[in-house]
Amino acid sequence: MLQVKLPGLDLKNPIMPASGCFGFGREFAEYYDLSLLGSIMIKATTVSPRFGNPTPRVAETYGGMLNAIGLQNPGLDVVLTQELPFLEQFDVPIIANIAGSEEEDYIRVAEKISQSKNVHALELNISCPNVKHGGIAFGTDAVVAARLTEKVKKVSQVPVYVKLSPNVTDIVSIAKAIEAAGADGLTMINTLLGMRIDLRTRKPILANQTGGLSGPAIKPVAIRMVHEVAQAVHIPIIGMGGVQNAEDVLEFLLAGASAVAVGTANFVDPYVCPKIIEALPETLHKYGFASIVDCIGGSFK
Amino acid sequence: MKKVEDMHLVQKKWLTPQIVQMTLKGGLVLQMNRPGQFVHLRVPDGSTLLRRPISIHAIDQEELIFDVIFRIEGKGTKLLSKLTVGDTIHVMGPLGNGFPVSVPQVQSGNTACLIGGGIGTPPLYELSKQLKQKGMQVIHILGFGSEKECILEDAFTKLGQTLISTVDGSKGTHGFVTDILKDKDIQADIYYSCGPVPMFSALEALNLPAPVYVSYEERMACGMGACYACVCKNKNQEGYKRICKEGPVFQAGEVEI
Repeated sequence: MLQVKLPGLDLKNPIMPASGCFGFGREFAEYYDLSLLGSIMIKATTVSPRFGNPTPRVAETYGGMLNAIGLQNPGLDVVLTQELPFLEQFDVPIIANIAGSEEEDYIRVAEKISQSKNVHALELNISCPNVKHGGIAFGTDAVVAARLTEKVKKVSQVPVYVKLSPNVTDIVSIAKAIEAAGADGLTMINTLLGMRIDLRTRKPILANQTGGLSGPAIKPVAIRMVHEVAQAVHIPIIGMGGVQNAEDVLEFLLAGASAVAVGTANFVDPYVCPKIIEALPETLHKYGFASIVDCIGGSFK
Repeated sequence: MKKVEDMHLVQKKWLTPQIVQMTLKGGLVLQMNRPGQFVHLRVPDGSTLLRRPISIHAIDQEELIFDVIFRIEGKGTKLLSKLTVGDTIHVMGPLGNGFPVSVPQVQSGNTACLIGGGIGTPPLYELSKQLKQKGMQVIHILGFGSEKECILEDAFTKLGQTLISTVDGSKGTHGFVTDILKDKDIQADIYYSCGPVPMFSALEALNLPAPVYVSYEERMACGMGACYACVCKNKNQEGYKRICKEGPVFQAGEVEI
């Protein structure tokens, strides 16, 4: 009922924590058995270790939050020798999110990390709004995005999903260019660029000034974009943006997503992913669906 | 496996018009051992998404209760402060590492000096209780803006000598906690502190003759080490620490804040 098959991913259920909201799983493994999850999108990995941005790195907003972590991660070698081996104890396929400042960085990480035995797919992060070089610069221009996708596809041993930025005028044209470049799937959406200003200091709260908006506040934007892109491409979409419960998951599936990632909600309730998985069969039944697959794209099919 | 729990608010007391003390009851208390740890409280409103990290003030495992004390700072703490006896609060914790009480300096007959600033004073209370149980002498130096903001003087006085400073001079020594430390020539085997960052800088500048442990705060999201929001750099070596996970207590000079 809950199974979904996607390129590289044989998912027991369609729920996975989104990259950046789950670290490399260690902390959440103290709360529950990670084998319950459909997949895990691990924190973005770059060639070298990165410290990220100065603090404050987060600020709450109405129904959401801004973050500007800045891709902090221990670097490719540590991820390969410590983080991925730690995750091998769980029966869960890993989607490795990869990032970089230049094309070469992405290619190097993709080549190495895609050889790890529990990495079943890559998620190409061309949409992080919080780093000065790379990140979103690769995701807002269709030609640049397509070229990078093509190069990563050449070296990757596993299917490549590309994470789209919502900070664009026409997301469909970028999605189509990435599909044409050979991507196996899309993940969407990354955070929306935003800012908050402290009335007392009269300065932006985040040290980075701007940050990525996430949480339930952005869900309607994500639903609209998944709905547009799903009808324009033939590759599967993993949808994300403000998912808090099983009803939200169904909304993304109806919009055209084939699986759903949960991000910010992990910070609100560490048990949110297993709770959603548990609630899914009853929720599907309540709205008259026999399975997850039965629900995908239901709003336009 | 770690747990979260809907805990019952069994007592509520306003210490000042802006500072409230709440007593919560539930099984999670059995996991609370170390002073200086914190709990992550869910604000009862969907628009206020992130939890609020609040330090633990006092623990009573026999009664299955613990206390938090917090000041209304913004929307989240305001909503939390409106909860009444009988309500439940979704609690995650205890989180973080807390104050070290198993270091060589902590032994019967030794003296600990606990230095608190404003709303940083509450977590020092459980610490003082535990140090006293270990046979230590405890001296408290507590600084506030003014007499009106002074909290917990009686509670701390019951455990040991308690000296107060106020910035406006309306109570105790006129000035800062560091003025008391300079004037009174207090000798201690270990120092613990919780308060605003400028206070920590002033403490560091005094070059106290024994180890100093300080408890920091920072804007957090997950509170469990996964999101990397509350990270600070190590001072004398490579790498970083997460305030929520490896902290919130560090030895003075250990991290860059």
